[in-house]
Amino acid sequence: METKDTVIKTDKLTKKFNDFTAVNKISFEVEKGEIFGFLGANGAGKTTAMKMLIGISKPTSGRANVAGFDVYKQTEQIKKNIGYMSQKFSLYDDLTIKENIQLFGGIYGLKDDELKDQSNELTGKLNLKSHADKLVESLPLGWKQKLSFSIAVIHKPKIVFLDEPTGGVDPVTRRQFWDMIYEAAHNGITVFVTTHYMDEAEYCDRVSIMVDGVIEALDSPTQLKNKFNASSMDQVFLKLARGAQRFE
Amino acid sequence: MKAVELVNIVKTYTSKNHTITAVDDVSFSVEEGEVFGLIGPDGAGKTSIFRILTTLILADKGSAKVLGNDVLKDLKEIRNISGYMPGRFSLYQDLTVEENLEFFATVFGTTIQENYRLVEDIYKQLEPFKNRRAGKLSGGMKQKLALCCALIHKPKILFLDEPTTGVDPVSRKEFWEMLRRLKDQAITILVSTPYMDEAKLCDRIALMQNGKIFEIDTPNNIVSGFGKKLYSVKAENIFKLINDLRAFPQTENCFAFGDSLHLTLKECDTDQRKIIKYLDSCKNKNVLVERIEPGIEDCFMHLMKK
Repeated sequence: METKDTVIKTDKLTKKFNDFTAVNKISFEVEKGEIFGFLGANGAGKTTAMKMLIGISKPTSGRANVAGFDVYKQTEQIKKNIGYMSQKFSLYDDLTIKENIQLFGGIYGLKDDELKDQSNELTGKLNLKSHADKLVESLPLGWKQKLSFSIAVIHKPKIVFLDEPTGGVDPVTRRQFWDMIYEAAHNGITVFVTTHYMDEAEYCDRVSIMVDGVIEALDSPTQLKNKFNASSMDQVFLKLARGAQRFE
Repeated sequence: MKAVELVNIVKTYTSKNHTITAVDDVSFSVEEGEVFGLIGPDGAGKTSIFRILTTLILADKGSAKVLGNDVLKDLKEIRNISGYMPGRFSLYQDLTVEENLEFFATVFGTTIQENYRLVEDIYKQLEPFKNRRAGKLSGGMKQKLALCCALIHKPKILFLDEPTTGVDPVSRKEFWEMLRRLKDQAITILVSTPYMDEAKLCDRIALMQNGKIFEIDTPNNIVSGFGKKLYSVKAENIFKLINDLRAFPQTENCFAFGDSLHLTLKECDTDQRKIIKYLDSCKNKNVLVERIEPGIEDCFMHLMKK
C-alpha cells in the first residue's frame, strides 16, 4: 500500500502584527503531488500565510513543517527545496532567456552540465530555442509566465508556490499554463497555488478558503460544492467570503 | 453625439532594441450612456487607448474624440468632463481617505458636499476608515476610493482601466454593482478587464488582443455568433480525459473550463454518441457529454485561434 507523503503540515500557525491577527491558528496538511488551491478574499491572510511557509516571515506561534523542514529554524533549507513564482516578480527583463535560466539554475546550485541539459530541455519544451538569446522583456506576458514557471521548478523542488501566476494572461495561455501545472504534479511536485480565477480553483485537487485569517473550508472542489449546495466554486467562494468582516 | 470615437488609432513604443505596436489601427465608438468594455489580456492595448482618450499620451496616427472634443485640440475640456481610474493605484498613499477625496474635489474646483450624492453609496463603505492613509487600505478598498476620486467632479464619462484586476471575486461583484448604478445616472463608462466573465455585464464589448480588436458587439450577439456546437465533457480523471480528447481525430479544440472540458469538433456530423464511444474505448470512467451554450471566454478563444 502506498503511504501518504506529507510535504506541508501546519499546526495552529499564527501571525500577529501588534494586536492584529493576520493568520489565526491555521492547521492543514498537503500531500506530495497534490495541486493545492489557496484561496481567500483580499486581506484574508493568504500572503502572510504563504510568507511563513516559504520561510521569509517568522510565525508568532504554532508550528509548520515545509518539505521536511521547520519554518522557525530551517528557513534556508526550505528555500532550497521549494520553487516560487508570482505575477509580480518573475524574471529579469534585461537578461536573455538563457541568462535567466543560468542565473536561477546557478542560484539553486545546479552544476554546469546539469544546467546546460536543463536549459536545452526547457527551451525546447517551450518552443523558445530560437529565442534563447533574446531579452526576456521582448516576450509576451504569457510566455514570460510559462518560462518563469519552468525556471521555478528547474531544481526539481518538492513544492512550488505560485502566487496568482495567471493574472492578466490570455485565456489560451492560461490553460497552457495549467497543463504545465498538471504535468509538474504528475511528476511528483506539489503545487501550492493562489488565484482569483474561480474556474482555476476547480482544477485543484483540494482547495482551502481563508476568511478573516482562518481557514473556513478545505476540501476537494466537488465536496465543497456539495457541502455549500453550489454549482461552481465561484458560488462557494461568494457564500463564504460574503461573511468576511475585516478589511486589510 | 458619440461619447467616444476612435478612428484608425495607431500607437507604437520604441525601446533600445525593438518597437512594439501597442494599438494597431483601432477604430470604434461608444454611445452616450453605454457601459462599454475593452476585454483582453495584458498587452492587448487597453491601457494605451485609455491614455490616448484621457489626453495623457499622443497617438502616432488617427484621431480620437471624447463627447465631441478632439484629444489634441480640446484636451482641457476632456480633462474636465472625464473621470479616470488608472490601472495602477495612483492616489496619494500618504494622505488619508478623506484628504484624497477632498484633494480631487478641490483640483476640479468643486467640493465633496456638492457632488456627495454621486459617491454616497460607495463612500459610505469607506467612511469608517476615512482617517486611514490610502496606502494602508486593502485592494478592494483602494479601488473604491479611486472610483470615488474619479467621480467627485461629476464627470460625464468614466474611464476605468482594469478596476478589478487582482481583486477577489466578492469585491469584483460589488464593484460591478456600483457601475450599474452609475449607469443609471447617465454616465458613460468605458471599462477594461482581463476577466472574461465580466464581459456580460457590459452593454457592448470589444474583444482585443495584441493591439487589435477582433470583434465588437453586445455580449449576446458575440455568443450567438460562435457558430459551432460546443460540448461540455466530464469524466473521473480530467487529466486523462484532456489527453484522450486531444488525441481524438475529430477534436478541433479542447480546453479545461472549471470542472469540465469544453470541446468543439471538426465535423458537424460527429455527435455526442461518437464522443462517448471513443472515450469509453479509452477506458474513461463516468463520462458525461452535454451540448452547452458558449460563454464570452469560449468566443474569445475561438476568435484567437482564427
